[in-house]
Formats: sequence, structure tokens, C-alpha cells
Amino acid sequence: MRIPCPICGARDRREFYYQGAAVALARPAPDAGEAAWDDYLHLRENSAGDLDELWSHDAGCGAWLRVTRNVSSHEVKAAVLARDAS
Amino acid sequence: MRVEGKGLIDRSQRLSFQFDGNTYRGFGGDTLASALLANDVRHVARSFKYHRARGILTAGSEEPNALVTVGRGPDTDPNVRATVQEIYDGLEARPQNAWPSLGFDLLSVNDLAAPFLGAGFYYKTFMWPRAFWERLYEPFIRRAAGLGALGAEADGDHYEKAYAFCDLLVVGAGPAGLMAALTAARAGARVILADEDFVMGGRLNAETLEIGGAPGHAWAAEAVAELAAMDTVRLMTRTTVTGAYDGGTFGALERVAHHRTRPEGGVKETFWRIVARRSVLAAGALERHIAFRNNDRPGVMMAGAVRAYLNRWGVAPGKAITVFANNDDAHRTARDMVEAGVHVAAVVDSRADAVAQGDYRVIAGSQVTGAEGRRGLEAISVDGPAGSEKIATDCLAVSGGWNPTVHVTCHMNGRPTWSDDIASFVPTPGAIPGMIAAGACNGAFSTAACLAAGASAARESLEALGLRAEDSIVPTAEDAPYAIAPLWAVPGKGRAWLDFQNDVTVKDVKQAAAENYASVEHMKRYTTQGMATDQGKNSNVAALAVLADATGRGIPETGTTTFRPPFGPVALAALGAGAQGTGFAPERKTTSHAASMDMKAPMIAAGLWYRPSYFPRDGETSWRQSCDREVGYVREAVGVCDVSTLGKIDIQGPDAGKLLDFVYTNMFSTLKEGRVRYGLMLREDGFVMDDGTTARLGPAHFVMTTTTAAAGQVMRHLEFVSQALHPEWDVRIMSVTEQWAQFAVAGPQARALLNGMLDQPIDNESWPFMACGAISIGGVTGRLFRISFSGEHAYEVAVPARFGASLFAALVEAADTMGGGAYGMEALNVLRIEKGFITHSEIDGRVTAADIGMARMLSAKKDFIGKTMAARPGLVEQGRAQLVGLKPVGPVRQLTGGAKIYTDGEEPVRAHDQGYVTSVGFSPSFGHFLGLGFVRDGQARHGEVLQMVDHLRDIRTRVEICDPVFLDPEGGRARG
Repeated sequence: MRIPCPICGARDRREFYYQGAAVALARPAPDAGEAAWDDYLHLRENSAGDLDELWSHDAGCGAWLRVTRNVSSHEVKAAVLARDAS
Repeated sequence: MRVEGKGLIDRSQRLSFQFDGNTYRGFGGDTLASALLANDVRHVARSFKYHRARGILTAGSEEPNALVTVGRGPDTDPNVRATVQEIYDGLEARPQNAWPSLGFDLLSVNDLAAPFLGAGFYYKTFMWPRAFWERLYEPFIRRAAGLGALGAEADGDHYEKAYAFCDLLVVGAGPAGLMAALTAARAGARVILADEDFVMGGRLNAETLEIGGAPGHAWAAEAVAELAAMDTVRLMTRTTVTGAYDGGTFGALERVAHHRTRPEGGVKETFWRIVARRSVLAAGALERHIAFRNNDRPGVMMAGAVRAYLNRWGVAPGKAITVFANNDDAHRTARDMVEAGVHVAAVVDSRADAVAQGDYRVIAGSQVTGAEGRRGLEAISVDGPAGSEKIATDCLAVSGGWNPTVHVTCHMNGRPTWSDDIASFVPTPGAIPGMIAAGACNGAFSTAACLAAGASAARESLEALGLRAEDSIVPTAEDAPYAIAPLWAVPGKGRAWLDFQNDVTVKDVKQAAAENYASVEHMKRYTTQGMATDQGKNSNVAALAVLADATGRGIPETGTTTFRPPFGPVALAALGAGAQGTGFAPERKTTSHAASMDMKAPMIAAGLWYRPSYFPRDGETSWRQSCDREVGYVREAVGVCDVSTLGKIDIQGPDAGKLLDFVYTNMFSTLKEGRVRYGLMLREDGFVMDDGTTARLGPAHFVMTTTTAAAGQVMRHLEFVSQALHPEWDVRIMSVTEQWAQFAVAGPQARALLNGMLDQPIDNESWPFMACGAISIGGVTGRLFRISFSGEHAYEVAVPARFGASLFAALVEAADTMGGGAYGMEALNVLRIEKGFITHSEIDGRVTAADIGMARMLSAKKDFIGKTMAARPGLVEQGRAQLVGLKPVGPVRQLTGGAKIYTDGEEPVRAHDQGYVTSVGFSPSFGHFLGLGFVRDGQARHGEVLQMVDHLRDIRTRVEICDPVFLDPEGGRARG
């Protein structure tokens, strides 16, 4: 699998660290309540098809990316800097 | 037998090789198979299950029969396909799967017992008595099973991995592949052309066809020469593309040195990862057999292979050739043989309307019903409208048609599509993104069609790449139609073979269907059809057809099994190239590594780092003696320890304080310049992530230290917070772990030691506990931190890494003169346990700040990562295991890490579980073991006696729960 890092260009996925769904970008306020925090930390959609994910270009520039990937076909459809995505 | 004037071999290069103990001669360009056939060796192997005599069936990598073992000792390669192995002077090949010899194989008795050994035999037979399976059946079956044998010694050969990138990868260098590569390369694309063979050209080297008026092989050689002259083209021979993966990534195995004597240390195989923006599959097609009685006898060969041996290697595989076919293509074999002066006894064609295309006898509308000759073909029986007859022959060339080599197109869950036109499967377009199948592998069998398809696939790829194709001129070539009438199996008694490598017959497949293993995946597993090293390349489609017939379905409805990578066998050694021994992971070494090795310190791995365990002295016989002595250095004089492996993160910017306040539970924005503070970090789920100290070097400049183990995780975490959660903060972070060498100088004499070396001496006023700042040492600007991981008066001194080795030497030398010296990880561990300092043995990802007695560090004045979830019910309630100290109180004095803690006097079972031990060490300061551990509600149970039980080592020790800080709880020593 190849991920198009906006800074470095397309790189082998082994240069990246996988964090999971990009849900982590939307951190709730401290007082958002139990349900919001439970959602944020624990509950994930597990559907086939496109998923926004977080990948860190650990062995490259260190950028965190929001990658849109089809989890069935592994087709990577987009990758933007998490800095610009949140 | 060689045929004069035929073949593309180099007759001036005479080579000598051994097979089965005999010496033979061959020529440059010969494979082991062609050279053996030239020497009239037909029986080369025994089959897997029934140990039947087998000969060479094909002329390519799909060969199921002619597997041999090459080399000896650690250099042994089993299951080498004789059709792929090139000969060289000194090549030594042996038959395998035969004992005591190829000619007389005791296990061929299996063949006589065949009526009992059909599909499902194991499952039905070895059911009872139950106890016999493990002791008798399985060992016996394991001894009998297996194909070839590895050498018992470790593989001493060198393997490599390599990477390549291109615009267009062309897989296969036959007419379609060469035309695609030419078209793309001429347009300026970076092209990689990979082919399994050692000569490019594919079938052009095996046929007598012409391209543009010239012999096909000459056209191929010219095309290869043109490509070789371009520096944007990489030609890879002896290279099998083994798999297609996501994002245009391909695996490929290059057999670098199987074709010659390897120089010492030379590379044997290279596993490539090729990244291609586009790809063209031009993998050709594999000819399929027709099942009839004893169709596996040595001398029965594929028709395309028979004429390949003639046209490419100048070998006639027999003196009286017969052909059995259901298509026009196989007639080429008869025509080429006749033209070369080899006797063709007959062509048996199952089609009633078949006519001769040359001067040979055709028996139309007829079938070969059986083959005779146990160790080599002697005659065939033919049955047809004109009656039955027996024909003497020593080589039967069979063609049941051609199967496109679709395998790679199925590697990403794609399924091939049935084509009635060619009675076989073709690739489904789009099955591999960016890949176009062209030529025979796409069901286009004429040379002209292959050339046109190659050019067109390249043009389509170029367009996608944004390159413009020149108006390529596709040369003229043969464009014969592919006429075929499907024929899979000839009815009749006796065993008719489908899968030669796993000895699967038509009857086996029918039996599977009869027992309701009617799904193709079930049939495969029940009969083992397609499960040998050749993955059924010769037999899959025919086996499907037989299954379809037996179950009354069509072939498309029956479907195929799943083709997975690798396309051909790949040695694990090639896949794991470079990862043996220490190559498995990078090694990180500190600047004091060489000095530690000089002092004979055993090294211990800490993540990727190597750190000294202890520094042995003459006369010491155990590590404990060294460790106790080194602990004494720090407690009584001064010790020196390399702590460079701790993560160091430089944090700069106006918002650096904000970032630290957010990632640590306690406040850092209030930290004064020139001061260090201990910090605790949580994960967002409320559990402890890491701890460490952070120093403020300037108004907008901090340096964070992390534990060695969590350095990468913390760095990534800081990046996430600063990039993703708070991109608006003006702060930059950078790992400087490797830029700074850092040494702990600890003990009552620490300051005295440093003052002997610092350019400006320090005192308690200028450098109180938890002070930090720039210093100059030996003219080098460094940093000094007054922090302690031992509880003693201690410092950490940091210098740019290039000065690390010399500073370490100077520090140790100075310590020596003061009754101290270097200390290693063992002593460091004891020192911190005596002080109750935690490591990742304690903060293992399951403990909260409260569990380790640090609830007070959770600031109420601000938000921080993990704050909200740290307050959730499960994390704050009573009954959680809490950090405690443990000391032995009974007659047994030993504590062990990982042991469990139970209620004293009760059975050590789960109902009495009280906690567990995380760290232990023998404390020379106290004269007994000390431990840290987690005990339910432990902070309120100091003084209580429990029992520690190590079930593994069978140790039971009564322990007293106490405060985790054993030594100097007031902290006076560190401040003094």
C-alpha cells in the first residue's frame, strides 16, 4: 500500500504508523459528557468502504495525516495534513 | 537426442554436470531438463504419493514432475525445477522422493495399494484407535510425506532485498511484453521488463514463427538490444513477479546465482519490491494436459514443450513422436518435428474435422485411451471411428489447449472470467488497479494479436501516465485462429492423472463430488489438487472441468479456487533477506558503547538500544557481585552511567508552555527558567502513558526527557497534539535523543567530581536540586541537570554526541580515583527500586496516577490529555491495585518479578488474589531483596503481611507491604 504524503510524496505504508479512525481529531470539551467521551475513545464505525484514518509519517517527515482509504480494497483516495483537516 | 542445426544453444560452450551420480554433457543455454532429454534421460523423478516414475512434462516454471535437489550440505536446494535450472560446469543434481534409488523405489509399493489410498484416505482410515494418531500414524505419515529435504545445516547463502520504481512494469517478455516495453520505452517512460526465463522472448524462442519476415527469436533479440540501450529501461531476467499488492506494489524474485558456481559471499537470490505507476501483464499461457489412463508416464509431455525442446534447445525428446490434441496449435509440434527430420508416428486429434498441416498421419475424431511403459513410454492405445490401434512411440506430445496465466490478476481478490472461445479463464479487466493484461495471458494466442495487444496496452498505460506514444509500427506476424474443441478427460478404466505433483486423478475428483465436496474449494482440500508447490498450474482448469461435469454444473458456475501470491515458490530466506541474526532489527548504540565493551560489560537490549548490564571486575564471579559493588559506588562515592537512551525532545516556541501543560498532568508553564520538573503524562483514556523530567532552558525553550521505552510513542503523541489538536499553537518539537550524549553522575562525591572537570565550579547555591543550565566542560558547551534517579546527590551532564565518548572516559576515570566508577542497568535498577522510582515495569499501560500514588499531580486548574477519563468511575473507585513496596519477612528471602501476591495463609488461587510483583532487586543497602508491586488498596495496607507465590519457579515468600520508598523517604540525600 502507498500513501501520498502531502509533504514527501507517495511512500510505502511501512513508513507510516497507523492510529485508527480520524475520530481522534474531534476531541470533545472536558465537560462534553460521558457519552461524547465514550464515543470519542471507544466507539468506531466498522463498515466496509471508505474510512477517514489517521496515519503518522513516522519514518518520514513526522506529519500526521488524515487518509481516506477504502478498507475493503485498500485504495487510498486522499491524504491531507491533519493540521489542515481539523 | 540432439538434432543438428536446430536450437538457440551455444554449441561451442561444452558443459559437464552430474545427475543421479552420472556425468553428462550439455551446452551453454541448456536447462537441466533439456540437457537430460538430450542425453535420453527420461525418468527423472518419483511422484509424491504413489512414487510413480515421472519424466519431464513441460519446458517452463510450471513443471510439476521434474523436481530435483541441487547442491549439498548447507547449500542444498530441494524441489528445484529441472526445467528452470540452467546447467553449468560442476552442477550436481540429485533425484528426490525416491529410496533407495530412482530406479528402485521401495515406496512405489504405494502405487500397488492405490485402490485404498484415494482422496480422503487419511480422513477415513486413521480415525481409530484414537491414541494411535499421535504415536503411530502421524509420525509414519510425516516420514513418508514431504517433497525434497532441506540440508540440516543453516543456510549459509546470502540473500538480498531490493527496491525499484518505474512508470510501467511489464511482466513477461514474450511478443506482447516486448512490444509493450518497446512502445512505452520509446515514449520516454521508465520501464521495468521482468521475465522468469534467462533469455527474453518467451514462446518466440520456442517456435519457428516469423515476425516482420525475420525469425521470431531474432526479432526478440533485436527488441531486447534496443531496450538494453536505453537508460530508462531495466531488464530483469530470471525474475519471477510473484505477487501484485496494493498501490502498484509488486513482489519479484530474482534468481541471481542459481545458474553458476557462486563465489564465496555472493548473492543467491534477491527479493524485489517494485513500485509501478502502471503495469502490463504479459505472462503468456500454460498448456494443459488431457487426462487418460497412465497419462503420467515419462515420455508423455506437453506439445508446446516438445517443440520448445526442438526449436530452442535442438533436442528431440523421442525417436517416434506422437501427438494427442484437441486444437490446431499442437499440429505445430508435428510440423516442426517433420521439418527437422524427426519421425512423427501419428497425430491423434479428438476433432472429427482435423486435417494434417504437414507431412504426417492424422487420426481424426480419435482419442488416446492409455499409455504403456512403466519407466518410459513405449506405446499408446488409440480409439476412434476407425477402430482401436496401438502405436509404438517414445514421446507423446499432448495439448488440451492453453490456459492464460491469469494468476497475478487474482492477487487482489479478483476472479477470472470464463471464455467459451478459448475454453479457459481470462483476466477480469480492472482486477488489479492500473494493470492491463495483454497477449496470451488475456486469451489472444496468435503472434500478431500478441504484438498488437502489447502495443495497445502500452499506449493505454502511457495515456494514463500523461505520456504520448509515438505512432508505433506493429510488425507483421502469423495470425492463425485458435481452433479448439474442449476435451478434458478420456473416459475409460484406470487412473487418469490431473495433478501430477500431488498425484490426484480424475477418479479422486469424482469421488470428492460424490461425497459432496462439490464446492471447488472443498474439492481442492479433499483431494489436495492444486496444493503442491506448482499450485496446480497444469491441472486447475481440467480439475474444475471434471468437477463441473461430475456435479452437473458448468465450469463458470463451478468457479475457480483463489490464486494467492506467490505465483512461484519463494524461499523464506529471500523474503527475510537481511533479517537473520542482528539484521532482524536496527541496533542503536550509545557513544560509550565501545568503552563499555572494552570494560567487558554484557549488553542488554532496551528497545533497539544496547545498554551495559554491569561492568565486571577481576575476581567477581557473578553479576550480583558487580551490581552490589556498583550500587555501593553511588551510595557511598560516585557512579557514572550513560543515560543517553532516554528520549530527549526539544520543544521551542511561544506556546511551548501551553503544549506541556496540555500533555502533562501537572503545570509546566509556571516552571522557572533554569529549573527542572518531574512530569506525568496520561493517555486520553486516563491511564499513565509515561513520565520524565522537563527542563526550562529559556523563556520559550524546554527539553523533555522520556523513558527509553516510550520515546517514540511520546514524540508521536506530541506531534499529534501540536499538529492535529492544536495546530494554532506556535510551537515546534524535535527529537534530539541522538544529538546529545548524557551521563548520570550520582553519589555523595558527584559535585566534587564535576568540579574537577567543569570550567566553572558549581555549588549548592548556584545549582540546587532540580536546577539546570548551560555549562562548559573541557571547553565544550554542554548542559547540566541536577536530577536524581537514585535518590543520591546527582547530576546529568549532556554534551553534543560527538564529545560523548571522551566525556564518558573522563568521568569514569575521575570516578575511579574517588572510589567510584561506572555502573550499569542492574545497579541502576536496584538504586531506583530502593527509592521507589517507577519504570515501565510499573506504568505498564494499565495503571492510573492514583494507582502509583500520584493523584495529587492531576492539576485541577487546567485541561490536559486524559483528565476527563481519569475521573471515570472504574478508575477512581476503591479496590484498585496500588503501588506498594514489598520486603521479605519469612524464612524464604527471595522475591521474583512477575510473581503473584495472595492472602497470607490461603491457597494461592484466584479467589485469594491480592496483586502482583513488578520489580525486584537485591538491595546491598538493606541486605535483602526489595520489591515493588501492586496490591489491592495497597496504600492503606502498609505493615500487612501477604504471601508472594511464583508458580513458575515454585517460590513462596512471605512479604510485608510497605511504602515504596525504602531509602531516605525525606529526600535529604538528593538535596544535600
